[in-house]
Amino acid sequence: MSEAPREVVTDSGIPLQPVYVADSVADGLEERLGLPGKPPFTRGPYPTMYRERLWTMRQYAGYGSAEDTNARYRFLLAQGQTALSVAFDLPTQLGYDSTDPEVASEVGRVGVAIDTVEDMETVFDGLPIDQLSVNFTINATAPIILAFYLVAAERQGVARKDVAGTLQNDILKEFLARKTFIFPPEESIRLVADVVEYASAELPRFNGISITGYHAREAGCDAVQEVGLTMASAIAYSQAFLARGLDFDFFAPRLSFHFSSQLDLFEEAAKVRAARRMWHRLATERFGAKKENSARLRFFSGCSGATLTAQQPLNNVVRSTLQCLAAVLGGAQSIHVMGYDEALEIPTEESVRLALRTQQIIAHESGVAKVIDPLAGSYYVESLTDEIERRAWALVEKVDAGGGLVELLAQGVPQRWVAESAYAYERQILSGERVKVGVNKYTDGSDVAPPLFEIDETAGDRQREKLRARIAARDAQAVGESLADLGRALDEGANTMPYIMQCGRVGATLGEIADTMRSRFGRYREPQPW
Amino acid sequence: MSRPAVVRPRIVLAKPGLDGHDRGIKVVGMALRDAGAEVVYLGLQQTAPQIVGAALAEDADVIGLSVLSGVHLAVAAQLLTACREAGLDDVPVVVGGTIPPTDVDRLKALGVRDVFPVGTPLPDVVERIFDIARQGGRSS
Repeated sequence: MSEAPREVVTDSGIPLQPVYVADSVADGLEERLGLPGKPPFTRGPYPTMYRERLWTMRQYAGYGSAEDTNARYRFLLAQGQTALSVAFDLPTQLGYDSTDPEVASEVGRVGVAIDTVEDMETVFDGLPIDQLSVNFTINATAPIILAFYLVAAERQGVARKDVAGTLQNDILKEFLARKTFIFPPEESIRLVADVVEYASAELPRFNGISITGYHAREAGCDAVQEVGLTMASAIAYSQAFLARGLDFDFFAPRLSFHFSSQLDLFEEAAKVRAARRMWHRLATERFGAKKENSARLRFFSGCSGATLTAQQPLNNVVRSTLQCLAAVLGGAQSIHVMGYDEALEIPTEESVRLALRTQQIIAHESGVAKVIDPLAGSYYVESLTDEIERRAWALVEKVDAGGGLVELLAQGVPQRWVAESAYAYERQILSGERVKVGVNKYTDGSDVAPPLFEIDETAGDRQREKLRARIAARDAQAVGESLADLGRALDEGANTMPYIMQCGRVGATLGEIADTMRSRFGRYREPQPW
Repeated sequence: MSRPAVVRPRIVLAKPGLDGHDRGIKVVGMALRDAGAEVVYLGLQQTAPQIVGAALAEDADVIGLSVLSGVHLAVAAQLLTACREAGLDDVPVVVGGTIPPTDVDRLKALGVRDVFPVGTPLPDVVERIFDIARQGGRSS
């Protein structure tokens, strides 16, 4: 007796036919596709896409002190990188100064330490802000980092209208997956809205939020859940901004998105095509968008760290190449490729250069960027795009029925979905149902670690010394007054951005500003996972 | 003094420091539960005194830390000191996460009983934690 053949499924478990034919695609494809740059934007947000301009090559980088990070940025730009993406250390992400004894060992460890506006000025020393597009991976302290950056821009003589880039500023996915929240949800969303309101009014080239499915995916959910949860987040934010009295067409054109790119090539490309179509429908049908730009989903694609392996680390170069290709086939506006050594340590200069070269080879040698949305019309890809959309809408409806994403996060429900998916993934690797080359198949003992990045243990002390000198030299009275003004703005519900910028100008530290918020908002503790 | 052998080990898991990557510790926690352990997950940003307090209250057989932000040496040293000060020398401590190969022996030299760098197969992690719980005590 032979075993029944095992069902063949995509990475997220969608059953697959052996071959797709014309009848595999439901009627009405033309309407579901449109043309690139035209509703419903399935084929891309812009009419010319990579014909006019390649995607932005944006490697996530930052470590040690502001001087160390400035040096890495100069290196990356000299290698042909076209924009920057700032990684912050955990004390900066969680609102502690480098001098706080509780966090001493974390200073400069996973990103750059920013305590004051002067650190931000140093990071961009010699790099003209009006000629850069900068992504900031920062959330709970996003208003402080944006304020410090705008003050640094002022000091370079750059007008706000010329400041370009993206602030991650997506606190909901911190509760869901990334876990660098500080304040409870309601107060956190108020700060997100302060930034989005300010950026929509003052910063025409800047995205005040990047609504993110990437981290839930990295934490274990599948591609369908990633799209569904991202749309649920976009709904929750839109509702919060509308409740504040903002017009949808005021903020929606500057909403940006962030997805993961993993290894199931066609599913990953289909996923973002489905996401663009879904956001168009939400924006126009649910929120009544009048401007076309309000329904045009633009996204940053982050290649996946969770799919990389510590075993046979050079294999990760191949995995990253496939992930970058998937992001390009999906029509990403900017892309980050992981270093092959990131399962072991922050990447070396050599590994970062190879990640950037991966993007450049796909852009200039592979030919895939020559034609817009080259997968369109594929029976398989169109059928998969439709099926991902169908399943992701079902998840959006489930979240709606549960009272919305904010309510479900407070109960810990989507966090459990993500953790259960992560556990299921591990069990599939254990059973051999899911093959990881070099992990559960083709293991050969060649797991020797490559030369790793060497941490400079003096970075923390250098940073603390600088901060102490600055605090001794500043006008303490001006700092006290600006922090008191910020406190009043927090109490009265005013937009905090101008007050935080004033704090930054007079030398208040990130920790002092965060403490002013903590003293009013308190700190959030997450629900138990089981 | 070593403890009696345990049938259903009690494992206290925690994320020390500021790191929020909790995919690994939750997967390990679920696998330990499925293997029959009682698992108490304390959550994020746990300080050494908080972990020691929970280990006392829960009568832990093993304490497991997960660190993916590179500060494993510092936080492990803090916890082991706090354990000694609280008279918990006999509760073994294990550490998992993004740990470069060269740091495995450094962690063990500090007194960490076992280390599970990224890439350690899940059944190995479970089996080794159960073995450690059965052996009890810090002497090895």
